[in-house]
This record gives sequence, structure tokens and C-alpha cells, in this order.
Amino acid sequence: MEHQDCRRLLGSLSDFVDGELEAEICAEIERHLAECPDCRVVVDTLRKTIYLYHVSSQETSPPEGVRDRLFRRLELELKSEKES
Amino acid sequence: MNSSKAVEELSLEALRKGDRSEFARMVEAYYPMIYNLSYKMLGDAQDAEDILQETFLKAYRHLRDFDGRSSLSTWLYRIATNEALMFLRRKKPEQISIDEPLETSEGEVQPVQIVDWCCLPEAELLSSEARAHLDQAVEKLPPSLRVVFVLRDLQGLSTQETAAVLNLSENAVKTRLSRARLRLREELSSYYGERLSERGGA
Repeated sequence: MEHQDCRRLLGSLSDFVDGELEAEICAEIERHLAECPDCRVVVDTLRKTIYLYHVSSQETSPPEGVRDRLFRRLELELKSEKES
Repeated sequence: MNSSKAVEELSLEALRKGDRSEFARMVEAYYPMIYNLSYKMLGDAQDAEDILQETFLKAYRHLRDFDGRSSLSTWLYRIATNEALMFLRRKKPEQISIDEPLETSEGEVQPVQIVDWCCLPEAELLSSEARAHLDQAVEKLPPSLRVVFVLRDLQGLSTQETAAVLNLSENAVKTRLSRARLRLREELSSYYGERLSERGGA
């Protein structure tokens, strides 16, 4: 990652993997990737990083008791506000 | 963000008037989403529960001022992210990391770890130890980057929705997301790189 192009393009890689870049910059990055194995590793591992977080964030539901304690607290506080 | 029928049918008018049963329906519809956001921001179940409760208490007290310009979920996310960020500020008022990564002049983290760990099997990439490491890496992010990463990549909000929640421009969201992702890539590369070399593959 010492090449000047690597540094310049670094800030665009996140948009690049999201497919949110203008065609011109996209083509420039693709040309650079074709000749820079280090940046290819950065892009591939960046994609994989995002993928792993997407997968690991999918199956979380609040632990048991959270819902009941929430409703109990709301009931208590809102009741005391009404009374005061 | 949440297109379930129950959410679509919530009556803003009733909510603004302080209708308790309508408020209960709103809580029912949105509490999992707010709990998840809080947990991912704070990394602690008890803290997340406190933020969850504070968020809905605040929501109830301010519903009459809700103008409906944003969606209810955006509004609730805004309250919850503010609460979580304030909590982090109170907890660690002068958090300075001694191993802050090197940044380029544009504020991006300079990649140091150039190791291709993509070939590791999925079971290893998502083992319980690896998942704990994924969570720790998020907790290491400065709050200003963490909140954007959590909303965009973990909660699945669009750039536009994230910008609305945080009152930032879309460009600012993209820049922070880029910095967060590059830092996380760096952290994960260091962790998975070690796993790779243990396998004799590096």
C-alpha cells in the first residue's frame, strides 16, 4: 500500500464495494486492482469483513425478560408522572 | 426500516394524544430494533436495557412534539443513538486510545495488514470465538464511527436513513462508514491472519 494510487483510492473502496461509485472512478479502481495485488487483498478482505458483520448481526433477538422489564418500568414511571 | 403491518397501522394522532394502548403497540413493534441498536453500540446487555427503557420513556414524553417529518423508526433511532452516545461520553469522558491506527491525510486508516484470509472456512470465520472478536472490534471504534457502522451495516439502514437519524449529510455518513469499515478490516485481518498462520497457510 505504498503506491500513490493506493492511498488516493483508499477512501473510495467502501463506496466501490457497495457499487455506489460513478462509472469513471469505478473503472479507474478496476484498472488499478488489475495491477496491484495488495489492493486486491484489501478489497477482498473489506468485502468479507462487511459480509461477516451482515451474517453475524442477523439472528439477534432481545434476551428473555427484557420486554417485561421494559413494560413494567414504563408503567411505573408513566403512572407516577400522571399522579404527580 | 420496519414495514410490518402493525407498524403501518399505528395512529400518529392517537400517539400524540398520549393514548397508552397505542403507545404500547408502538413499543411492542420497535423495542427489539432499539435493544439491538443499543446492545451493538454499548456491548453490554444491562447498559443496552437501560438505554432501551430511557428511549421509550423519552419517546412518550415527547411524542406530542413529533412532527411526522421523519418516520417513527427514524425518530426512535435518533433518541436511542443520542442516549447511547451520551452514555458513552459519561462512561469514558476522555477516551484516548494509545494504539490509534495511523491515518492518511484524508483520515483513512492506512492498511497495514495485507493478508488474504478470505479462504478460511466459514465455520472458522464465524466461530463463537471469532464472533466475540467481531464484537470487540466494533467496541474499539470511536463512537462517532461506531454509530454510523452500527446503523448502516448492522441495523441495515440506508445511507439516507442513517443521515436522517444522525442529522449528518449523506457524504459524511459515507466517509465515516468507510473509515469504520477500513479499521474493522484491519482488526479482523490481524485476527484471521493469525488463524491462517496457525493453519500453516500464510
